[in-house]
Amino acid sequence: MSLNLSLKNISRIKGATLSLLGLVVSFIFLFPYVTMLSTALKPKSAITDIPPSYLPKSYNWNNFIKVFQELPFGMYIRSTVIIALCTMVIGLVVAIPAGYYVARNHFRLRTPFLLLVLITQMFSPTTLLIGIYREMGVMHLINTYLGLILINVSFNLAFSVWILSSFFKTIPVEIEEAAAIDGASRLQTFRKISLPLAVPGIVTTAIFTFIAAWNEYVVAYTLASSPSKQPFSVGLSLLTGYYEVKWNYLFAGSLIAIIPIIILFISIEKYLVSGLTAGSVK
Amino acid sequence: MVELFFVSFRHVSISGLIKGWAGFDNYRSLMDNSDIGGTLKRTAIWLVVVVAATMALSLPLAQLMNANFRGRRILRYSVIVPWAASLVITATSWKWILDPYYGIMNNVLMDLHIIKAPVDILGDPRTSFMALLVVGVLVSLPFTSYVLLAGLQAIPHDIMEAARVDGAGPWKGYWAIVFPLLKPAFLVAAVINAVYVFNSFPIIWVMTQGGPGYETDTTTTFAYKIAFRDQDIGQSASLAVGNFVVILIFIMLFLKLSKWKELDQQ
Repeated sequence: MSLNLSLKNISRIKGATLSLLGLVVSFIFLFPYVTMLSTALKPKSAITDIPPSYLPKSYNWNNFIKVFQELPFGMYIRSTVIIALCTMVIGLVVAIPAGYYVARNHFRLRTPFLLLVLITQMFSPTTLLIGIYREMGVMHLINTYLGLILINVSFNLAFSVWILSSFFKTIPVEIEEAAAIDGASRLQTFRKISLPLAVPGIVTTAIFTFIAAWNEYVVAYTLASSPSKQPFSVGLSLLTGYYEVKWNYLFAGSLIAIIPIIILFISIEKYLVSGLTAGSVK
Repeated sequence: MVELFFVSFRHVSISGLIKGWAGFDNYRSLMDNSDIGGTLKRTAIWLVVVVAATMALSLPLAQLMNANFRGRRILRYSVIVPWAASLVITATSWKWILDPYYGIMNNVLMDLHIIKAPVDILGDPRTSFMALLVVGVLVSLPFTSYVLLAGLQAIPHDIMEAARVDGAGPWKGYWAIVFPLLKPAFLVAAVINAVYVFNSFPIIWVMTQGGPGYETDTTTTFAYKIAFRDQDIGQSASLAVGNFVVILIFIMLFLKLSKWKELDQQ
């Protein structure tokens, strides 16, 4: 009896220790974002306090509205949304048929094709930047939405095709065969049967592409020279270069830009790892 | 047809780079560049330290994320945040935290009595590179620990149970049973992480722009500076080719480790 009790106590202490440890680790990861929030809520005058206070003395929630007047955040968000949405749509249009084809057919050069897809996932635009810049120059796509969208699409296709084909693979071929026997054409089968069944995979891919395009920095930083074409990642980094930085508004805007992304990311949590490691972790 | 479109897309983006190859003069001028030695050294340190520290820390972190306790969800979501948030924003926040006058870090360090007077962490070459390393590790951890977490979850519970019955203590049981099973996930996470770390541009660029001077540049930011600030495309391209080769080596390593071919055959 007493042994039982002490065992229970030990497990309770262990649980509490883990919880405490978990909270401390969580705080380390959240620290920069908590600081952002604290700064975003401070009035302008308190930003340059020396030493700075840990928490704002007054909570200025309306900074989150004023940011749109104080900084060109509306414009940045607009560009970001246009680039991210178009990247997502074009990416899906290309990746869905490609993923389906790869999942269902064993064509010649399938192995080299998958290898190529895997390799392109590893090259970041940073390494290829000069090539990209020259190429975009030839096509007159520097400082255009279209140029940024195309580059974002191409760098996200690898992930999209991989994850979509793995989703299509989980749909039993028998269902499609049954539909074919019932007289459905291949396209009909794809549209009415396979596509609806792959919706979770498509949503995951869509969200992931959207976020990647939303956060993309290097290419936009290089190609988008006019403020009206810059996504917020670029705009933000340029705003911090000014002599007088409006940090409270800057961070209010940044939080507006990252909170929806974090929620989206959490919603696809369980598919993330399998997609990113391209099936190498089982 | 779809694949053709796909392949062509890739090919074009790389061919622009290959065009820049003409002659060895660019490579020679790159080698003569007085800052290249330090940059190469720093890139190596950056890569080795960040990847090693990330992998060493992500193992216990993944264990913690896998353990059963109240608030585990909070931990998992907190770890996801730096992964989801744009690196530019995270780096900007760190820059602000480390600001010599208004930053909170000096406050914290002074309240903990670690330092007596405010310091300019990012202004001093030695400390600024250290700060970049720490931030580099913090933003790398989410991915690697999630990969390890997936690996941990795939290990059947019975195996650990059996080890316990056979009398293996938790520590011995862990290194003898769990870690070998986790090894493929660990290696894959390490290689992919190495590629990300090597390519990493936003953190260094936003926090220090490779400065002061060229004191915190890695080959990635250095190549960017030569190309778009000094307008020496040729010299930068030759450095980019070097970067390209390094990544290729990583990819071969990855392919060897992941045995993706076998998986494809399934």
